[in-house]
Amino acid sequence: MSLMKRISLIFRSKANKAIDRAEDPRETLDYSYQRQLELLSKVRRGVADVATSRKRVELQVNQLEQQASKLQGQAEKAISVGREDLAREALTRRSALSGQISDLRAQHAQLQGEEEKLTLAQQRLQAKVESFRTRKETIKATYTAAEAQTRINEAMSGIGEEMGDVGLAIQRAEDKTANMQARAGAIDELIASGALDDASSINRGDDISRELEAMSSESEVENELARLRAKANPQAIEAADEGNGILQAEPEKKATEGGNS
Amino acid sequence: MIVRILGEGQYDVSDEALPRLNELDATVEQSVESGDVGSFTSALTALLEGVRTVGVPHPDDSLDESDLILPPSDATIDEVRELLSDDGLIPG
Repeated sequence: MSLMKRISLIFRSKANKAIDRAEDPRETLDYSYQRQLELLSKVRRGVADVATSRKRVELQVNQLEQQASKLQGQAEKAISVGREDLAREALTRRSALSGQISDLRAQHAQLQGEEEKLTLAQQRLQAKVESFRTRKETIKATYTAAEAQTRINEAMSGIGEEMGDVGLAIQRAEDKTANMQARAGAIDELIASGALDDASSINRGDDISRELEAMSSESEVENELARLRAKANPQAIEAADEGNGILQAEPEKKATEGGNS
Repeated sequence: MIVRILGEGQYDVSDEALPRLNELDATVEQSVESGDVGSFTSALTALLEGVRTVGVPHPDDSLDESDLILPPSDATIDEVRELLSDDGLIPG
């Protein structure tokens, strides 16, 4: 027997087994309708869950991209002060981040795909549930229990197949999302622990920033010293001019220190 | 006849298209048996694409049963094997 036929038979027999049979076949319709409504709200929750995961990945991509551009800036700054070693370190970290970013982008695309699929599944199920409701009322109004059986079987098998399909789609989406959530959780932890350095936070700073800052404050001290020396000894005026030139690069610090003196 | 692609919905497929789909189906079946992932993926893609090309979407609000049911487009070999087993994929 062909693959298609085997899958069809097995799928159908499972869908049929899932139907709750009632003594009065017309009650079976109500049971089934109840389960359809439950499945419908389950698929809605599924869509919402996948959307939440997708947004979380979006947020992470943004955070990592910010971090990457910050590292790029640090590398440029490091080069401008002649520290190739720091620049290399910053660029190495940035390239590790790009790997993670492209991995997250792929996850994002996959989640988006799942979201679309589930949304469509929800629409299809919704349409079928609505038809089923109409058919159910007609059957109950028109037929005796004995007469109703055939009509009921027809209505039930069609909706049963759809329910099996939607149930499967939800399960697969859950499996995929769970897998990605574990990875997203790991990245959140990395971001929180500072291993990916949210170094833009003012208080902490990462090691590259600290070293670059240390260097600029060192040169500031030298410049300030030179300026003071020049004041005390006007013959050293040339040195002071040079010093002022470098000081221009740090206008804020200069202003603060000026205020203190 | 009505063909369902799991996760995608039902299609109306004319009987004339069946021999071609059966050929594609046989290729999928062979690759599932041999466990060849590469040929399985391309065979399944060809089969589903064949259904989408010759088929017309069946109305969403119909309660008709499908004549044939096919695996989802991103199914793995293992998932297809599960669909073929008694305690397989479909949640009760």
